[in-house]
Amino acid sequence: MADFLNSIIPNVMDKPDLLWKAFVETIQMLAITTPISLALGLFLGVVVVAAKPGGILQNRAVSLIMGKVIDLFRSIPFILLALLLIPVTRRIMGTFIGVRGAVIPLLFGTVPFFTRQVETAMAEVSPGLIEAAQSMGCSPNDILWRVYLKESIPGIIRGATITVVSLIGFTAMAGAVGAGGLGNFAISYGTRNQTDIVYVVVLIVLIMVSIIQYIGNKLAAKATH
Amino acid sequence: MIKLEQVSKTFGSEEAGVHAVRDVTLHIAPGEIFGIIGYSGAGKSTLVRCINLLERPTAGTVTVDGRELTRMPERELRQARKKISMIFQQFNLMPSRTVEQNVAFPLKGSGLSKEAVADKVKELLALVDLPDKAEAYPSQLSGGQKQRVAIARALASDPKVLLCDEATSALDPQTTQSILRLIKDINRKTGITVVVITHEMAVVKEICHRVAVMDGGFVVEEGSVFDVFSNPRQPVTRSFIATTSNLSKIEELIAANDPMVALKPGEVIARLNYGQGNVAEATISEISRRFGVDVSILFSNVEIIDGQSLGGLVATVSGEQVREAIAYLSEKDVVVEVLKRG
Repeated sequence: MADFLNSIIPNVMDKPDLLWKAFVETIQMLAITTPISLALGLFLGVVVVAAKPGGILQNRAVSLIMGKVIDLFRSIPFILLALLLIPVTRRIMGTFIGVRGAVIPLLFGTVPFFTRQVETAMAEVSPGLIEAAQSMGCSPNDILWRVYLKESIPGIIRGATITVVSLIGFTAMAGAVGAGGLGNFAISYGTRNQTDIVYVVVLIVLIMVSIIQYIGNKLAAKATH
Repeated sequence: MIKLEQVSKTFGSEEAGVHAVRDVTLHIAPGEIFGIIGYSGAGKSTLVRCINLLERPTAGTVTVDGRELTRMPERELRQARKKISMIFQQFNLMPSRTVEQNVAFPLKGSGLSKEAVADKVKELLALVDLPDKAEAYPSQLSGGQKQRVAIARALASDPKVLLCDEATSALDPQTTQSILRLIKDINRKTGITVVVITHEMAVVKEICHRVAVMDGGFVVEEGSVFDVFSNPRQPVTRSFIATTSNLSKIEELIAANDPMVALKPGEVIARLNYGQGNVAEATISEISRRFGVDVSILFSNVEIIDGQSLGGLVATVSGEQVREAIAYLSEKDVVVEVLKRG
């Protein structure tokens, strides 16, 4: 077995500890960023939905400013965003490299993305349900939690799945600007003609994405009635 | 129970906006089933939303159960709304909640214990005749069942008023009947005041005690269902009545020049509408005898409304004294319209 692997992926077998380290770094980035960005995105998505014109707590200023800020960050390609945020990252985290350095750009990349996903999911809640809840004397808070959020859970789960998948992509790009992880590992050696490393990294990423997609689909199906 | 005083609702600016409701004054008594009928765009849906202030009127006052809603702050208004329930054309059940959870939805924060809520839900589901659907999701129910669940949910907060916004418009005629019967039953058992918004005269005829007819944002006619039916004053009211009776079919036949309506000189086709009481009188045979006219009936339609009979017929009248016969009928409080002369 070892001989076989040595023959087809010699460069990977040469440094399994480095691959493992890169893998752990990627998992760390995901583990730290996923819950924070999902929580922040969910909160901001709810705010956007509540504040938009015709929303249950409509507020022109909040809606306008948030819309512009989200669009701004969403329109900057992640690799440039990571570079752009270096001063901010250094100020907040004390460094802009490694897993610590990656968290801030990853959050700026994913939070606006997930906010829009949440907004889209919540926009699909029928206005009739909101009206029904209002007719029952529900407060705006009740309506946000008990109707908007509750009814859009399947859509939010699907949005979260897409968000985490794109987050994996972002961690690879963050690797290119010094964050470490699988992306960094593949870039460092792939460019030195050790393409077997790229194949293995791609395979690992593929498996991670598949697992996340599978879990996401299962959860969404379970929440749909 | 419900007092609307000079209620108006304009969407957009005063000049360029849409005047959905104009200067409507209505008083609806406790325990009454009150119908508001109108074509789409007549303002009836906006008007019913002015009752629970889902739409805030741009002018006028709304008083329900002695409390003026239009003066209440938001928080107080939300409390008041718990006693003014509403059901909808599209049912508006929460798809992610079971029937049971939907019915229990308005009971959150009511201070009832878990057991009390469960008991209440059970009771309500029995009332709407769906005792075995507690665990089902709305997507597993038929339209009629969904509306029953919506009714159970509407009743959960022990409201004094039930607003029905086109509640049967998405249902087939048979299901419509059963839902109307249910509403009627609940009204009789609990004395709840019901406001029914509809574009179907059949619905009004089936369950309402009184009715208001809306057109262009105005209430153009109002009264007991029998009075409005027997003596419609506005063209829009007449056109509604025509929809529930086959007497209007004659117009199509005349327009199509059907052989059935071909007339000889001196013959006329007339529509006779009977008012209170005289439907049973043998007016046809009477004019036949008195004036020597032949009356051949093309259509006839007699209904029982609020326990009184009401109806009319379309007939070809021929003979020497047609004019005199028609004049005689008019004297007898029969509304005569001559539709075609030979």
